[in-house]
Amino acid sequence: MALPRPETPSAESGGGGTLRLRGHWTLAHAGDIEATLRAQQDPAEEVDATGVERLDSVGVLQLLRFADKRGLDFSTFRFREDHRALVDAIEDVSDDRPKKKRDYGVNAALARLGRKVYDNGREFVALVSFFGETLVKLARLLASPRHFRLTSTVHHMEQVGLDAVPLVALLSFLVGAVIAFLGSTVLAEFGAVIFVVELVSIAFLREFGVLLTAILLAGRTASAFTAQIGAMVSREEVDAIRTLGLDPVELLVIPRIVALLVMLPLLTFIAMLAGLIGGMTVGAFALEIPPQAYLARMYDTIEVRHFLVGMSKAPVFALVIGLIGCLEGLRVQGTAQSVGERTTSSVVQTISLVITLDAFAAIWFMEVGW
Amino acid sequence: MTTPEPASSDVPARDTAPDGVAVRVRGLVTRFGSQTVHDGLDLDVRQGEILGVVGGSGTGKSVLMRSIIGLRAPQAGTIDVLGADALSRDPEQRSHIERNTGVLFQDGALFSSLTVGENVQVPLKEHHPDLSDSLRYELSLLKIKLAGLPADALDKLPAQLSGGMRKRAGLARALALDPPLLFLDEPTAGLDPIGAAAFDRLIRTLQKALGLTVFLVTHDLDTLYAICDRIAVLADRRVIAAAPVEEIERIDHPWIQEYFHGPRGRAARDARAAGPGAD
Repeated sequence: MALPRPETPSAESGGGGTLRLRGHWTLAHAGDIEATLRAQQDPAEEVDATGVERLDSVGVLQLLRFADKRGLDFSTFRFREDHRALVDAIEDVSDDRPKKKRDYGVNAALARLGRKVYDNGREFVALVSFFGETLVKLARLLASPRHFRLTSTVHHMEQVGLDAVPLVALLSFLVGAVIAFLGSTVLAEFGAVIFVVELVSIAFLREFGVLLTAILLAGRTASAFTAQIGAMVSREEVDAIRTLGLDPVELLVIPRIVALLVMLPLLTFIAMLAGLIGGMTVGAFALEIPPQAYLARMYDTIEVRHFLVGMSKAPVFALVIGLIGCLEGLRVQGTAQSVGERTTSSVVQTISLVITLDAFAAIWFMEVGW
Repeated sequence: MTTPEPASSDVPARDTAPDGVAVRVRGLVTRFGSQTVHDGLDLDVRQGEILGVVGGSGTGKSVLMRSIIGLRAPQAGTIDVLGADALSRDPEQRSHIERNTGVLFQDGALFSSLTVGENVQVPLKEHHPDLSDSLRYELSLLKIKLAGLPADALDKLPAQLSGGMRKRAGLARALALDPPLLFLDEPTAGLDPIGAAAFDRLIRTLQKALGLTVFLVTHDLDTLYAICDRIAVLADRRVIAAAPVEEIERIDHPWIQEYFHGPRGRAARDARAAGPGAD
């Protein structure tokens, strides 16, 4: 036979309205099959597929559709004996087929928007009530301190605090240096380079020390909390905790929040120091302010209240990070995708809430005059 | 007759396997750190059979399967799947194996963000991007029904299905490309006895209808007696026997004796002797 590729599916009209099929009627040739069948103009009455060399479900399916379209009786199609089982199996299940349905319309978009707004509202309520629950259980722990998980708390303190020290210190140092540089370019025009000291010190003591730390921990710790607790939820560990008569809040949430409450202020302190050192380094090497002069200037002009204002925000941010991280973890719904969604959501929520709270605090402290 | 060979001659044509052996494993050595799991393991899976692989916990049944399908590189040995070298990094050989094997993982391993229908369509899209949308849709529906799921399962997410249905959906995805070779990891684990028996029957029916070769890792004695043509027993870091179940249970090896002649083994054998379940 002069066919170029013997496996290409083909159909030729034999005598008496019989269609003879040859070649490989398989998935690899699905396109050819479609074309071959569409090209059949003659009103065939019988189909002889005994010449088909290989057949799989795609071939059978397309022949079924072909029979459907042409009004042929599929049961009269002839197949090779060893293809019979396959053909029967496919024919058995291929009858009714529901129409493909999916709605991408405006209604769906509106409904999604509505649902999102509603969900966000509920998220807020959930956060507040979770805060309440945690407070109540903390109070209960104060009454019976032997239920407090010290080992777990210390473990989290190491992970949350100690392990984050290099990162927090390095980034704060760099930001401190950047602020010093930025300030000096503007202040030099007025011949007031020495004010760089106030700029860096006030910025770091009041705002950046605590804000940088909180944002770093939101990315580093809130996500870790959500993923840890979320994985436990999806493997039913949290359910197991409940059935054993233990309290997941007491066991998982409180140690994490206490660890954050202790470590975030300490990290903030380190961040402040690193930022100040960053400013001092730039002063010493680029702005001709020797460290002694820098420190003397700080001592003269910076009041302790700036430090206290910055520090007072640390526990609040610690609570925000811990609560959202744990709550989102507990709301995971079993699938891997849900863990990912919740982790993203917890980082986004903590960072935006931390920055928002910081902005309100700045306004408030300004009004009060601290 | 001289049929011209396909142009790229190192990749064998679809489902050809030399001398009727679909999978040939020789001298397989697998180590985890200092622990040796397989030491010179040999195994043949013959074309068109259901081979059940059994062995105690930690004898490396799943590891063997993962090595054959290329998820894990062994320390030594050769693995030949449908005429292609399974350990080769050559993308053509890999693609040949991927297109010709279907794998059902223990819990289905469905992509949880996609519906069942989309799950089945994933391999079709990847390997046959030129298929028309409607044909791909119909094929996915067909595979879902072949796997014994109702048509409305198509639009459901895996999380909405029961464990047994998830396995069937996983099977539908494994069958998406009409592979001649099917790997099943503990297909009946976690199913109730009725569901497990139904799943056994489904595997047997599909194997006959589609002419599949099946590599089946299992603990389930009922599955062994009901549908397996041959059993391969993993013990002492190798395959100590591969034969029909009647021969295996006569072998004098402590683990085999304990396994087949324990109370559960006797029950499964009696069930087969009594009922017309096996054919």
